[in-house]
Amino acid sequence: MNSAPSISSAPPPPPAPPAASPVSGSAVRPGDRIFLGLSRGSGIALLVIMAAIAAFLTVRSVIAVSGDHANFLTYFEWTASGTEPKFGIAVLAFGTVVSSVIAMAVAVPVAVGIALFISHYAPRKLASLLGYVVDLLAAVPSIIYGLWGALFLVPHLTGLYSWLDDYLGWTGIFSYADEAPRSLFTVGILLAIMILPIVTSVSREVFLQAPKMHEEAALALGATRWEVIRMSVLPFGRSGVISASMLGLGRALGETMAVATVLSPSFLINTSLLDGGGGTFAQNIASKFSEADEFGQDALIASGLVLFVITLLVNGAARLIIARRKEYSGANA
Amino acid sequence: MSNTVTARRPVADSAPLPVSLKQPRLPRWAPAGLAAAAAAVGCGIGLAAGLESRIQWGLIAALLFVLGTFLLAAAVEGTRQAKDRLATSLVWICFLLAVVPLASLIWETVARGIKVVDGYFLSHSMGTLPDAMAGGGIYHALVGTLQQVGLAALIAAPIGLLTAIYLVEYGRGKLAKAVTFFVDVMTGIPSIVAGLFVLSVWILILGFGPSGFAGAMALAILMMPVVVRSTEEMLKLVPNELREASLALGVPKWRTILKVVLPTSVGGIATGVMLAIARITGETAPVLLLVWGAKTINSNPFEGAQQSLPLYVFQQWQQGSDASYDRAWGAALVLIAFVMILNLVARGIARWKAPKTGR
Repeated sequence: MNSAPSISSAPPPPPAPPAASPVSGSAVRPGDRIFLGLSRGSGIALLVIMAAIAAFLTVRSVIAVSGDHANFLTYFEWTASGTEPKFGIAVLAFGTVVSSVIAMAVAVPVAVGIALFISHYAPRKLASLLGYVVDLLAAVPSIIYGLWGALFLVPHLTGLYSWLDDYLGWTGIFSYADEAPRSLFTVGILLAIMILPIVTSVSREVFLQAPKMHEEAALALGATRWEVIRMSVLPFGRSGVISASMLGLGRALGETMAVATVLSPSFLINTSLLDGGGGTFAQNIASKFSEADEFGQDALIASGLVLFVITLLVNGAARLIIARRKEYSGANA
Repeated sequence: MSNTVTARRPVADSAPLPVSLKQPRLPRWAPAGLAAAAAAVGCGIGLAAGLESRIQWGLIAALLFVLGTFLLAAAVEGTRQAKDRLATSLVWICFLLAVVPLASLIWETVARGIKVVDGYFLSHSMGTLPDAMAGGGIYHALVGTLQQVGLAALIAAPIGLLTAIYLVEYGRGKLAKAVTFFVDVMTGIPSIVAGLFVLSVWILILGFGPSGFAGAMALAILMMPVVVRSTEEMLKLVPNELREASLALGVPKWRTILKVVLPTSVGGIATGVMLAIARITGETAPVLLLVWGAKTINSNPFEGAQQSLPLYVFQQWQQGSDASYDRAWGAALVLIAFVMILNLVARGIARWKAPKTGR
């Protein structure tokens, strides 16, 4: 912008011989070359880091799994030390999947509700304030959720759980022995609270992009607000909500500290979700790490690799859905 | 239910021949009134049945409110309006359901933390204090967090910035596509996996001990993709006319980027970097694996175990005594305040320095 005066001052050397003015398009300046090299180099560095993560985790996992005297995928216990180490991820996989699924089942409907509240129901001033608050809440560190979950949420859930036990205890899933409910279900609820902000903020973005024309057309035809949302906003936002929930799922799967503080772990698959016990990949790594010897650390790395692959798949799927949607929305806008 | 509605309406309409275009509506105060009534009845039932947890009271009240609104609206306004009201009340309840735990989280942290945080708490380490005793502080954790996060930012910010510049200004072809994809993938890496990676390379293979720097490397891995993403978005907002004008004046491309593109988007980039820093400040898992935590002040991030704020919260929680719970809440309050202030400042910068896109 302020280069305007320099136009007059920049080209004072008049091109003396017209023949000697090859437009320097092909000549690359050294500065350019250095800069391109630097920026391309850091892009490549990122790729190298990703490859290194996969490679090193795999190498250490191979060491661990080949030294495992039990089936790594189906064994229940985790004794990764001594002369005959035996460990398996069955309980961890179960706990990780169950707690994340509970989190999704609780969080996604609520998050869609909040996103709709912000995008279509709340008064405008409140809406922008809320959007702001949601973004701030997404930044609260997970250890604080964990602390709150362990010292505040857990004691407050006993009433709800014994009530669930009274009426749904016969299912076996919701039976509850009267102890502090440091269970997978509590973890699921806490994870749901943690992923609410991220799912909400992505869904809200999508709902706000819904074509105004469709909404106005529906309103003009006499649709109620709910019908407008059902017929024009939700179909438009469906893929966005799916990818938002998968991003949330990815976060729930890999969450460490909130689970480590709330869950009282054990290597049992408990049919009742309300009773304590079970474990997740990340929680197991965090709680077993301090007592692990080198082979034990390798074993934990092997379970970390499984977690890594699962989250990669979930996130990759979410990104693919988002990428596909971008093409559509270009046509819509 | 719909039968009664359709059956009633013709009777009402048939009396005056010019059909009334106005549907019967509930008064404007109906939802608020119903909500108050439902809350009162919910509390009443809770008290009467002797239900201990307030969560149940709230759930009962919410259920009553939804049902009440639906039935009343169905009776007065017809099913379509009733469904609309049902959706509205559900959305409001979702909102309240989310606000309650999140507000409680903030409230608990502030209320329990504020009792502990004072000048002494901020300026002393744990030293040799027994865990069950009150006292002690977080100075060592503050030092550790600042150093680890600072080092992580020093590693991650330049790589992230340059990668973003590459993607926006130079990136064509397969390499750029691969980088874009893997940046996305990297965003989703669980923090504990990043910690395990550095553990396997730095500690298990290269044989170094735990240190703040090891933690910083893991944090940098977590921070890079965030910086790339946000910087990329900001660089894309810079109008192409500015680049073209500069290039047309014969300015080399790298100078164009440094002198035109970056200054135009500097606000947004700073915001992105600060948000990324705020994110990694709260990461506990990699620090747990790589820095281990210490009770005394260690101001050398390259040698020996250090402490960090989130890890301090975790370890104090693990001790399980009242005094250590108090310290955990105090450190949590400091941590949350730090992260929130970073966030607010970052967003303030974003608003203040937002690039003018000419739209």
